[in-house]
Amino acid sequence: MRFVDEYRDADAARALVGLLARRVTRPWTVMEVCGGQTHTIVKFGIDELLARGVELVHGPGCPVCVTPLELVDKAVAIASTPGVIFCSFGDMLRVPGSSRDLLAVKAAGGDVRIVYSPMDCLKIARENPDRRVVFFAVGFETTAPANAMVVWQARRLAVPNFSVLVSHVLVPPAMEAILSSPASRVQGFLAAGHVCTVMGYEEYEPLAERYRAPIVVTGFEPLDILQGLYMLLGQLEDGRCEVENQYSRSVLREGCLPARRQIAEVFEVCDRKWRGIGEIPLSGYRLRPEYRAFDAESLFDVGAIEVAESPACRAGEVLQGLIKPNQCEAFGTLCTPERPLGATMVSSEGACAAYYHYGRFREAAPSRR
Amino acid sequence: MCLGVPGKVVEVFEEHGLRMARVDFGGVTRRACLEYMPDAGLGDYVIIHVGFAISKVDEEEARRVFEFLAEMGDLREAGIPGGATP
Amino acid sequence: MAVSPEDFTCPVLISDYPNVLLGHGSGGKMTARLIAGLFLPSFANPALAALNDQAVVEWDGTRIAITTDSFVVSPLFFPGGDIGSLAVNGTVNDLAVGGAIPMWIAVAFILEEGLPMADLERIVRSTAAAAEAAGVTLVTGDTKVVDRGKGDGIFITTTGVGIVPAGVSLSADRCRPGDRILLSGPIGVHGVAIMSVREGIEFETEMGSDTAPLTGLTRVMLEAAGGPEGGDGPSTSGGRHAQPSSPSVDRAGIRCMRDPTRGGLSSALNEIAQASGVGMLLDEGAIEVPDAVRGACEMLGLDPLYVANEGVLVAIVAPEAADRVLEAMRSHPLGGRAALIGEVVSEHSGIVALRSAVGGTRVVDMLAGEQLPRIC
Repeated sequence: MRFVDEYRDADAARALVGLLARRVTRPWTVMEVCGGQTHTIVKFGIDELLARGVELVHGPGCPVCVTPLELVDKAVAIASTPGVIFCSFGDMLRVPGSSRDLLAVKAAGGDVRIVYSPMDCLKIARENPDRRVVFFAVGFETTAPANAMVVWQARRLAVPNFSVLVSHVLVPPAMEAILSSPASRVQGFLAAGHVCTVMGYEEYEPLAERYRAPIVVTGFEPLDILQGLYMLLGQLEDGRCEVENQYSRSVLREGCLPARRQIAEVFEVCDRKWRGIGEIPLSGYRLRPEYRAFDAESLFDVGAIEVAESPACRAGEVLQGLIKPNQCEAFGTLCTPERPLGATMVSSEGACAAYYHYGRFREAAPSRR
Repeated sequence: MCLGVPGKVVEVFEEHGLRMARVDFGGVTRRACLEYMPDAGLGDYVIIHVGFAISKVDEEEARRVFEFLAEMGDLREAGIPGGATP
Repeated sequence: MAVSPEDFTCPVLISDYPNVLLGHGSGGKMTARLIAGLFLPSFANPALAALNDQAVVEWDGTRIAITTDSFVVSPLFFPGGDIGSLAVNGTVNDLAVGGAIPMWIAVAFILEEGLPMADLERIVRSTAAAAEAAGVTLVTGDTKVVDRGKGDGIFITTTGVGIVPAGVSLSADRCRPGDRILLSGPIGVHGVAIMSVREGIEFETEMGSDTAPLTGLTRVMLEAAGGPEGGDGPSTSGGRHAQPSSPSVDRAGIRCMRDPTRGGLSSALNEIAQASGVGMLLDEGAIEVPDAVRGACEMLGLDPLYVANEGVLVAIVAPEAADRVLEAMRSHPLGGRAALIGEVVSEHSGIVALRSAVGGTRVVDMLAGEQLPRIC
């Protein structure tokens, strides 16, 4: 595949690893914000190729992982309502709520469907006019244009049986929450390439300056990650704190303007709870008042559902880079991918699941490093 | 987060008032919405996320990492995709 | 409301599931737990406990291989095949990878009221053609009809019986460090062909399922493996004789074979690694993934190592026999693209690891439940 295969080239990767090793003179702790980057790092074993002392902290950039428990419970309540067709991206189905997940709702007879694109839900709604079709609109800024478009289109085409359960979160406020935490060990960020593809990176510039933390907008293939790290560690070594763009083949400074306009048309910024972290001010989207007719949360009267999270789960500390997944007492014992306590164990790119899938090997063969 | 995959636009059409495309991902094709990429057309590579094009791949920028490696003298000329060949 | 640790019950604890979930049939860890936790203790006997794709039982000097498999594929007709050909090939292959010569099959049709007769005829014709192509005789069967809405058009269960030739004894618990891992062809083809027509994620591809009977391929492999240095039975180490009564355990240099169907290559290799108490190290670059499979997997966020195959087998072969077996595979039409994809190692017992394209290493774990398309 073009623009994929060449960024997985072994010789180029080796060359970058060599350059990195020569560039780094002391230990650094940096965070890759995006779960997709975490996935690449563990899938290709990039962390073990890095110079000694470079520590990667897996960030909160997995929308599945940070969707709060109560919203999963609301999804479960709506999906259990007779006559509802509940549509979701595949990886949300296994996220445990406080009593069960969406797969269990399906097993108990609920009509829960996996969709690839939000637009597919609109098609389902038009084909089933006597059923209520609800889409679980989760995601970061990257997914917001798609989710905004489907709501906008539903209003334009007057599809009254369609609604969305919105759980949209925004990356910069989460980065700021991490940077401003006194316990934070993170010295620089690989920013999420696809979030920036949509939103651009102007918003990161004041962050880098205020917290003296370099930020490199980075792509998702192994060479992207390695080059992004080279740029980021180079800044740290030089004492610079700029916003740089490694993923320039997709990211413009201003982002994708038509997509940003559509987001602004449908959504407005609001406070959001993040699973494991808590509420972060102005860190999410909700529907604008003129689109509230499509808001499943009010249509289904689930607004009152509130739940507390499992005290055994330390996902919040993991997401903030305060502990490694295997430093949690529940890791691999109480909490595994088949029996996840927290959402970081659910998604294949959640920090805990990534550690579980790919990390055990290193413990089994400690001599390898 | 946010799986985004580069694919090639092989057909452009309109549906329910939206600009749509068929996009080829190395031998499989799927529909995607081009509404946010008004200037992407046939033959262009776009990055698709949940059925929406969110960017057009800038082919010149795409060579940057290989040019960088070539400058650093860390790549042998042969066998580097996108490095020696434009 | 606060949740105290005592109140906390894990929502997806297998034994506590009030209902069966789809993941229990995924071929991954949930299936494995169900088998280990419910079926094995209930039906305990040595032939079952071997947990191979087929059971081998002995009667009056003849070793008989038996297997059974149910097919619930949706849609019934897909590019490259249909549920009928799949039901025959799947069962034939479960016998063939045990080293058996498939001889007879029984077929049970569970039909849903309302299934178009034309569809049934088409499936039956395809079933018959597949049986003939695989060299098995369909000797008995059963038909049931369930109410509309209680089945997905048609479910088919096939049971196969084969004869295990003298000197052949394959089992997942016989692998040793140094053994080679051979793969007969490109992976993920069947799974992607099925996904391409599945509701909700459909996409276009010209690739059809690779469903095919593997008997011919396994025969040439076994012939090549049973070569000149046969008869070193006593060299079996570790006291794990799966078939104590079978003659010359090691005559064939092939330790075991699997057709990595549901759960994909990763599940098959994990099962073998665990059964033998060994580790495995795979070379990602040696595992052929066709472009269309790559494209579909990138698009949906899936890993080809977990995608189902039908016309592919993986074999663990003694190092001294590996070259001969690989050559024999490549001489067969179904093994033309066969490759050495890795090695059995003594480290990280029970864990399958993979050297990635860029040189790092990762664990290829067994899937927990179903592989779901990701957005992220």
